[in-house]
Amino acid sequence: MVSLQLQDLGAAYGGNQVLSGISTPPLTGGQLVALLGPNAAGKSTLFRRIFGLLPGSGTVHIDGTDSPNPIAYMPQDNGSRPVLSVYEAILLARMQGRRLKVLPEDHAEVERVLDVLDIGHLRSRNAGDLSGGQRQMIGAAQALVQNPRVLLMDEPTSALDLSRQIDMLTLLQRLAKEQELLIIVALHDIGYALRFADAAMVIDKGRMIACGPTAEVVTAEMVREVFEVEARIEPCSKGSPQLIVERRAAQPSDLRPGGML
Amino acid sequence: MSSKADIGEQAQAGRDFYRALVIRRQLILVALATALAFSLCVDLALGPARYGLGQVVEALLWPSQVDEQLRVILWEIRMPVALMALVVGASLSVAGMQMQTILNNPLASPFTLGISAGAGFGAALALAFGVVIFPFAVDYVVPVNAFLMAMLTSMAIYGLSLRRGVTSETIVLLGIALVFIFNALMSLIQFFASQQAVAAVVFWTMGSLTKATWPKLWISLSVLVIALPLLARRGWALTAMRLGDAKAESMGVRLRSLRLEVLLIVSLLASISVSFVGTIGFIGLVGPHIARMLLGEDQRFLLPGTALSGALILSIGSICSKMIIPGTVIPIGIVTAIVGIPFFLYLILNRRVATW
Ligand SMILES: Nc1ncnc2c1ncn2[C@@H]1O[C@H](COP(=O)(O)OP(=O)(O)OP(=O)(O)O)[C@@H](O)[C@H]1O
Ligand SMILES: [Mg+2]
Repeated sequence: MVSLQLQDLGAAYGGNQVLSGISTPPLTGGQLVALLGPNAAGKSTLFRRIFGLLPGSGTVHIDGTDSPNPIAYMPQDNGSRPVLSVYEAILLARMQGRRLKVLPEDHAEVERVLDVLDIGHLRSRNAGDLSGGQRQMIGAAQALVQNPRVLLMDEPTSALDLSRQIDMLTLLQRLAKEQELLIIVALHDIGYALRFADAAMVIDKGRMIACGPTAEVVTAEMVREVFEVEARIEPCSKGSPQLIVERRAAQPSDLRPGGML
Repeated sequence: MSSKADIGEQAQAGRDFYRALVIRRQLILVALATALAFSLCVDLALGPARYGLGQVVEALLWPSQVDEQLRVILWEIRMPVALMALVVGASLSVAGMQMQTILNNPLASPFTLGISAGAGFGAALALAFGVVIFPFAVDYVVPVNAFLMAMLTSMAIYGLSLRRGVTSETIVLLGIALVFIFNALMSLIQFFASQQAVAAVVFWTMGSLTKATWPKLWISLSVLVIALPLLARRGWALTAMRLGDAKAESMGVRLRSLRLEVLLIVSLLASISVSFVGTIGFIGLVGPHIARMLLGEDQRFLLPGTALSGALILSIGSICSKMIIPGTVIPIGIVTAIVGIPFFLYLILNRRVATW
């Protein structure tokens, strides 16, 4: 089974250190891991660092797979270039690093992903003409079609409607279990993290705050410390934990001088 | 979620959709190639002595069976010029297309990036003052000078692109700045040069195929023949670049090394072409846009399509340059601009699918 371990990872843009000392225990396949943190915490940067798009200190260990490209990465920005049909845009993600000839199994793979995400009806549409949510689905398809062992998804539900958010996370949960993938999703919705994720990582200001089973990591204290929100976590009628937001904890830090805004 | 049968049906639908797309593009490529063959024959038939298309085809297929005069005119005088039109058209068009791709900018072309202007400056130095960077074979003094200046310009562009915070817009701006600088320098040269030299420089910058010879053709052709497979090898990655840097990177495209590799190849293509035939600015911009409109972004079709459309435009330009005033061959750079730009504007303003 695939496993991913981060050791003392750091990353900087120019001279600006935005990530440092990010370490995790080995994260094994079969799990959906939520990556939580406020805006500008460094979630996207961490994904880019793991995927190898940014240089920096520390190491990323991947074991338990002999695939040459075990990681797929869905960026936060899905682009809006009006240049390819949906089918071609997904096929393109699959064909990177392969020969020019498209094989029957490549088509089969594209169709499988279109079906799994239920976007077959978009097949012949121009990828640039789609709605924001549809584009996000295409982005997910482009990551899935690469058949990765580790899947990094940067806010894959941010543009989706309520039912599609649930469908997407349910699907990821199922894929992680069935195919023993390690799927890490950056999320802003802590409720979804509680409901769908097996484990959670919290980062704030470029540092790892916590990493472990969701129930241990996502606590009222963590939400107060990191997100500055007073909240309770209670089991709902069906038993799964839920986040109930009460109020903003302290003086909103982003309105103070030197704050985020 | 769908049942097994549904999935089978859907997969079939997907393959059918894709197959139709591929067949349409293949047909367009065949049509372009046919038009090109026809245009080549017409180009060969035209000149001070006019021949029928039948005679041309006969002389092409069975050169030993036609009379000596026809054979010499066709094979030794007109053929290098006509083929040079194809090779240069294809080279400039492909160079422009890949510049647009790697810079993500519809304005990029050998002309707008200053490569043609650099070549012009190099040529002017040789023509006006006999400043020769590498003295050898007299016939090649001007092209070699032009080539070296063109490559120098490309390398300057590349050097700039490595700097932090430089966007593709900055690079195109730099290219346009270089065009102005080189043009000013050429004016300066003309100001000091002799009348004769000025005439030579002006004629050179108009772009002309009449200087074409078999050896020059072979040089340009071999560069093209080497460049095309090298570019084709990067087909999927180059197509992905059209989705934007972030998306391409996320698909595993290594942007930096790909940009360097492609820029080197296309600089060579463009520099060789302009140094042999002078400034033909318009092909590198229009050839790729026409090919994109016809074929879309998939480089497996766009690359050959761009080469064919560039070759076709220049071949038609070559025909027009002999037809407009009978008995006079108007420099092809002028003709392609006058005939081609209105056509280009028509296409841009009437296109149904957005390509940028
Ligand atoms: N290309 C870049 N150049 C310079 N700084 C950057 C760049 N991208 C991000 N940063 C900085 O790095 C820090 C972390 O940004 P990052 O995008 O990783 O945050 P995030 O956790 O993904 O936030 P969000 O929830 O808003 O997506 C921020 O301070 C941001 O300003
Ligand atoms: Mg982010």
